[in-house]
Amino acid sequence: MNPPPGVDARTINTPEGALQSILNGAPVRKGRVHLNLPQVAENGHSVGMTVRVDSPMSEADHVRQIDLIADKNPIPRVATFFLGPESGRAEIESRLRLNGSQRVTAIARLSDGSFWFDAADVTVNELACLDGG
Amino acid sequence: MTARIQVPQRARRGDAVEVRIVIQHPMETGFRYDSLGRRTPRNVIHTLVCRYGGVEVFRAEMGAGIAANPFLRFFLRARDSGDVECRWVDSENVSGVASSRLSVAA
Repeated sequence: MNPPPGVDARTINTPEGALQSILNGAPVRKGRVHLNLPQVAENGHSVGMTVRVDSPMSEADHVRQIDLIADKNPIPRVATFFLGPESGRAEIESRLRLNGSQRVTAIARLSDGSFWFDAADVTVNELACLDGG
Repeated sequence: MTARIQVPQRARRGDAVEVRIVIQHPMETGFRYDSLGRRTPRNVIHTLVCRYGGVEVFRAEMGAGIAANPFLRFFLRARDSGDVECRWVDSENVSGVASSRLSVAA
């Protein structure tokens, strides 16, 4: 992913760089976001993930964006989802590829510009991403 | 690319309608080597856009951190009868589309 202006290209593929490129200095609070991942995954090739944000998803108050960061993946910024009032519900399910045990963080940007997050620690018994994956 | 999209056929106006899509794609990480030691180039579906009645309602930007044969489940709010259409494109610029008709009753 190309860094936005003001973000050092050398740090974009670190969890801190990914976080900075999303927040751009804005504060982020824990809450409103519910990230669901298994505590233990047999292997990292396909790990079920559900993220949900408490939001009425109205014109005035909705989720604009949800980012997923996996700390130990070679490219930590796993996905960015764009939503709006036409989404009806701020809930997304997918399957992640995780390079080992790590913390996954979901960050939501709301229509008022505030950021909220939740994090989950996943123990992965067998790696993905690397050779043989 | 083979894909399967699941959307309810009918909904009431205002309902949050669940969309499920799964696309057959390796989501190659670019970190794998074949038996001859050659690196398999990175190839991922990096963008998926869902339009409902021609209006964008959902977009996903993804990388190799999304598992092979990417699966997504998300919602859209039923307004009028129309097509729910997902389009995606991968690193080799190969694109695909899957759509389903949604009938909305008032």
